Amino acid sequence: MVAASGLHDRAMRGVVGTDRMGRGGAMTHGTIRLENAAATMGGQPVWQHVSGSFSPGSMTAIAGANGTGKSTLLRVIMGELPLALGTITRGGLGPRDFGYLPQARIIDRNFPISVTDMVLGGAWRQTGAFGGADRTVRLRAATALRRVNLEGQAERMISALSAGQFQRLLFARLLMTDAQVIVLDEPFTALDAPTTQDLLALVCEWHAQGRTIIAVLHDIHQIRTCFPDIVLLHAGQATWGRTPDILTPVTLQRAYGGARDPWPETGMQA
Amino acid sequence: MSILSTLWDPFASFGFMRRALVASVTLGMGAGPVGVMLQLRRMSLIGDAMSHAILPGAAIGFLLAGGLSLTAMGLGGIVAGLGVALLAGLVSRRTQLAEDASFASFYLTSLALGVLIVSARGSNIDLLHVLFGTILGIDAPALYLMGGITTLTIALLSIIWRPLVMECVDPGFMRMTGGQGGLYHMAFLFLVVINLVAGFEALGTLMSVGMMMVPAATARLWTRRLLPMMALSALTGMVAGLIGLLVSYHFRLAAGPSIILTCSVLYVLSLVTSPTGLRAARS
Ligand SMILES: Nc1ncnc2c1ncn2[C@@H]1O[C@H](COP(=O)(O)OP(=O)(O)OP(=O)(O)O)[C@@H](O)[C@H]1O
Ligand SMILES: [Mg+2]
Repeated sequence: MVAASGLHDRAMRGVVGTDRMGRGGAMTHGTIRLENAAATMGGQPVWQHVSGSFSPGSMTAIAGANGTGKSTLLRVIMGELPLALGTITRGGLGPRDFGYLPQARIIDRNFPISVTDMVLGGAWRQTGAFGGADRTVRLRAATALRRVNLEGQAERMISALSAGQFQRLLFARLLMTDAQVIVLDEPFTALDAPTTQDLLALVCEWHAQGRTIIAVLHDIHQIRTCFPDIVLLHAGQATWGRTPDILTPVTLQRAYGGARDPWPETGMQA
Repeated sequence: MSILSTLWDPFASFGFMRRALVASVTLGMGAGPVGVMLQLRRMSLIGDAMSHAILPGAAIGFLLAGGLSLTAMGLGGIVAGLGVALLAGLVSRRTQLAEDASFASFYLTSLALGVLIVSARGSNIDLLHVLFGTILGIDAPALYLMGGITTLTIALLSIIWRPLVMECVDPGFMRMTGGQGGLYHMAFLFLVVINLVAGFEALGTLMSVGMMMVPAATARLWTRRLLPMMALSALTGMVAGLIGLLVSYHFRLAAGPSIILTCSVLYVLSLVTSPTGLRAARS
């Protein structure tokens, strides 16, 4: 187990605290649970009758074809989109406990800020006037950049980064949030194999620190090797459980249609 | 006449010139940084729309006060500007129209309404004042208002700086990490409105937005860093105020348009000479 980060301490305290509350409490603290949930977008149902839970420290992949509602599920989890039906409980987690990595295309990459400023944005609650940051926060930002191999790029503008470097930057910002639940929407899309490996290692590190990981992924091989739990979305339904039980040839065939292996080339990665 | 006296005499001899100088320097300082943010948020048109939206509010203030009263017109302008900002936000959320499209239809309505109200009760001179301002007629209370607005602008910008920038670059991240993105957006629109109201007395509804947009566009040609960009934008507006007033004094031209045109000249010069302007586009 990776030793104490701020979050690790928090997770430990959480366990101690709930123990005092008794068994029932210990089971639900930090657990995100959906019960018979349904979501709609623009009046159309996206998925329904979804039940399942993300326990603290779990590592879950969300998979399914394009448009099946993976991003929608993330928005529901983070409380940004209300459910049309059913309930969601977050076991005492508030908005500040979530760290989020959006699908890259919704970010304005021409905005004139530097890599360092973007990373400091992850700690925007701790910064002062004109975004001034004290030494500790700056040090954390530098460490985060080093962790994702961007230390030489700190003063460049974000518009000057390649897609892969930019994705590394988003991971560095996520490091700054020090969040308990980490939500990733297609974090490895458009990245080469070494970058994917690096960032996946970082995700595994977070998992080892006791954080809850929820990630939308398209690479079945990656899911099989790294993610013990899965939510597979298909035709408005969710299949939720342990990855080896859920990812059978039959369910894959159903979820992704005709192709035997929907991403034959990705098998070569990792 | 020496160069020094050309620069110095107008301000040494006339109180109204000194007040006009203080007014334009103050306006430039506040409006410049706001203009940069407005452009980076791709909301240039919205600044324009807001400046028109202020008009009916100011006109109603004019009616209630029974004449050109800065306080009444300023308050009216702020209420109307914020009202239109809220309304346009609501409309764009409820319908498929983009925010700037809904702004465009609001501002034409506002402009017509404002002109109608002022011309129904006031003289043509009043109408001219409202539309184009009277920078040479600025009095002490008007200067206090402008100073207060500029101070508030810089203070508020510095406080909400980081979240405002984050909300701009990556609204999804702000929303999802529990930030009140909408709150910062509204605070920023509030800054736009009060700066337009500040500029309104000096430059009129139609031109106050010029002091916001043109220096910002100039500054964007010279630097790619946000903080220097805002400082440069403010500086450009302040310098243009000084040069514009001198030009208007020596050549007997209207002061407000001279200031805005000086901004434009600085912009064109930058466009030609800056490394990211036309030179870059050609090569
Ligand atoms: N703003 C919107 N208005 C109406 N419908 C929407 C909107 N956004 C998404 N949808 C619909 O909701 C459904 C789920 O969208 P979502 O973005 O969650 O899919 P996804 O699984 O994340 O897809 P992808 O793999 O392409 O990212 C889609 O069928 C989409 O057409
Ligand atoms: Mg998606």
